[in-house]
Amino acid sequence: MEPIRKHNGLVYPLNRANVDTDQIIPKQFLKRISRQGFGQYVFYNWRFDSKDKLREDFSLNQPKYEGTSILVAGENFGCGSSREHAPWALQDYGFRVIIAPSYADIFYNNCTKNGILPVKLTEAEVQTLITNAEADQYYLTVDLETKKVFDNQGFEATFDLDNYKREMLLNGWDEIAVTLTHADKISQFEEARN
Amino acid sequence: MRKPKTVIEKVWEKHVVHQEEGKPDLLYIDLHLVHEVTSPQAFEGLRMNNRKVRRPERTFATMDHNVPTIHRNVIKDVVSKTQMETLKQNCEEFGVPLADIHHPDQGIVHVIGPELGLTQPGKTIVCGDSHTSTHGAFGALAFGIGTSEVEHVLATQTIWQQKPKTLNVKVNGKLGTGVTAKDLILAIIGKFGVKFGTGYVIEYTGEAIRNLSMEGRMTICNMSIEAGARAGLISPDDTTVEFLRGRRHVPKGDAFDVLAEEWKALATDEGAVYDEQVEIDADEIEPQVTWGTNPGMCIPVSANVPTVADAIDDNDREEIKHALEYMGLEGGESISSVAIEHVFIGSCTNSRFADLQRAAEIVKGHKVSPNVQAIVVPGSHSVKAQAEKEGIDAIFKEAGFEWRDAGCSMCLAMNDDVVPEGERCASTSNRNFEGRQGTGARTHLVSPEMAAAAAIKGHFVDVRTLGVPTLS
Ligand code: SF4
Repeated sequence: MEPIRKHNGLVYPLNRANVDTDQIIPKQFLKRISRQGFGQYVFYNWRFDSKDKLREDFSLNQPKYEGTSILVAGENFGCGSSREHAPWALQDYGFRVIIAPSYADIFYNNCTKNGILPVKLTEAEVQTLITNAEADQYYLTVDLETKKVFDNQGFEATFDLDNYKREMLLNGWDEIAVTLTHADKISQFEEARN
Repeated sequence: MRKPKTVIEKVWEKHVVHQEEGKPDLLYIDLHLVHEVTSPQAFEGLRMNNRKVRRPERTFATMDHNVPTIHRNVIKDVVSKTQMETLKQNCEEFGVPLADIHHPDQGIVHVIGPELGLTQPGKTIVCGDSHTSTHGAFGALAFGIGTSEVEHVLATQTIWQQKPKTLNVKVNGKLGTGVTAKDLILAIIGKFGVKFGTGYVIEYTGEAIRNLSMEGRMTICNMSIEAGARAGLISPDDTTVEFLRGRRHVPKGDAFDVLAEEWKALATDEGAVYDEQVEIDADEIEPQVTWGTNPGMCIPVSANVPTVADAIDDNDREEIKHALEYMGLEGGESISSVAIEHVFIGSCTNSRFADLQRAAEIVKGHKVSPNVQAIVVPGSHSVKAQAEKEGIDAIFKEAGFEWRDAGCSMCLAMNDDVVPEGERCASTSNRNFEGRQGTGARTHLVSPEMAAAAAIKGHFVDVRTLGVPTLS
């Protein structure tokens, strides 16, 4: 996967809590057998009407958010189904960073396996970012090395990410290759049990 | 004395392959269940990197998510067909056992695992599906994983996992007559919220849990993920052992009894400590109905739908407002007066033989309301066969239910079983998210008994008031 160190991008605010993976990518798009091409379907039921026409009233469709790469959302983001199609769709649409007060566990893991950085900030910090991004075009920088999020108007916040996930993201490692360096131990474990 | 441990810690410790400061543990996986929707990209990844499936015999695949539940021989949806054929080719290429759509073992992955005795206490079990938590009912550590992790487990038979915090959900007292495991888990999520389990593995304990059948325990553990917990366990006991005795993948004779003792020794020790504990009283729980767009939005059948005035803060107000709008409900109206157009009895939460049997008790001698389309989708081929042997299918069919073949069906509506926009469904499944059962579809989660009662009356009704002999 593509490494991520420092990212600067346009913020898209999604002021909702408990956004589930059924919303991020509805099930009718899960039948594809490759990892690519899911971006066009992200938030499909919000972005399109029942005749598959783009809904202008849904904020992500507004020109001011074109080219966004940082999604800011409410708590418990990515709950529900384990479908990895959700981070694939977000990434394919252009998101590299997500910022929310909390995430569902499976979704959080899935992000880090696909080069998306999930940042946890406090409820208050997230609200500030949402307010800023709703008001105007708003850019943020997210630095994974220093674990800081900041803008050029004085906002600064720090976040935490466990070292293992951080290293994987910073280096864009293939996790299977890392695990296979422990292949001997896996074999020993199997033998000991038989 | 040895430090008392929880079942969660015991299972975990037996599976650590590698441990290193500042890293998650590398855990060995005993059983990897695979289905058609979350696996194609994982097999593709193996192929691209020239990797094999490390332990095909610890892997088991089936087709459930998008299989049709009628006219199985002609699959019209080309994309679904491709996905099923892809799984078949992948299983052949990588040597993974598969129960395909026509196989007698086919069924919803979380129904067939226990049914075949693949699911056993003390195992680590994963599947590219969040309801893998179901298997925790046996005292197995079972959780859903994403497709990258599916690929990782296929290639290495292990997974990197941060040791979870433990949460004890203690259910005191007894459930009343006509109040089921489904009502209990909905009430738990209703009381503590859809994310109280995030970051934890739950163990369910207490008198009401001990009294549950394995089917009931599976219903409870199934919905752990709806509380945010990736896994939910129940300590193994005699109920667990008797359920598994004689199943295909467990040993026979004395070997079984030896194993059964090992299983029971996994139960949480007296005095073991959890990171967190919550309690709920079973006696106070009534049959539940969800009114909103997440499983925590549930109320007793005797209650009224909440209003925005009930909100505890601004976010809550927005959520209630949005959910009422989507569901087409007025705040304050009585849930039992809400008319429905569809009934779905099925899904990995409530489609086992015992679930169908209990629903059939309610249905017996009645007709489905003329305004309602009702379907029963058994969880597996073998549940279907058993029901047919015992005449359960006839009860449903005479009442006007459609009797289908096994699969996920209307639980997520990836096949043709879809609730039309704006219509309302009483469903025994586990998710009432927007669009889950079809774009614009309105889902109300209930127990099989409550779904059966709603089918007959055409609206929600307290199943205990129907005068059904087994409920009095
Ligand atoms: S029945 Fe529903 S919840 Fe269960 S595995 Fe199938 S789609 Fe998922």
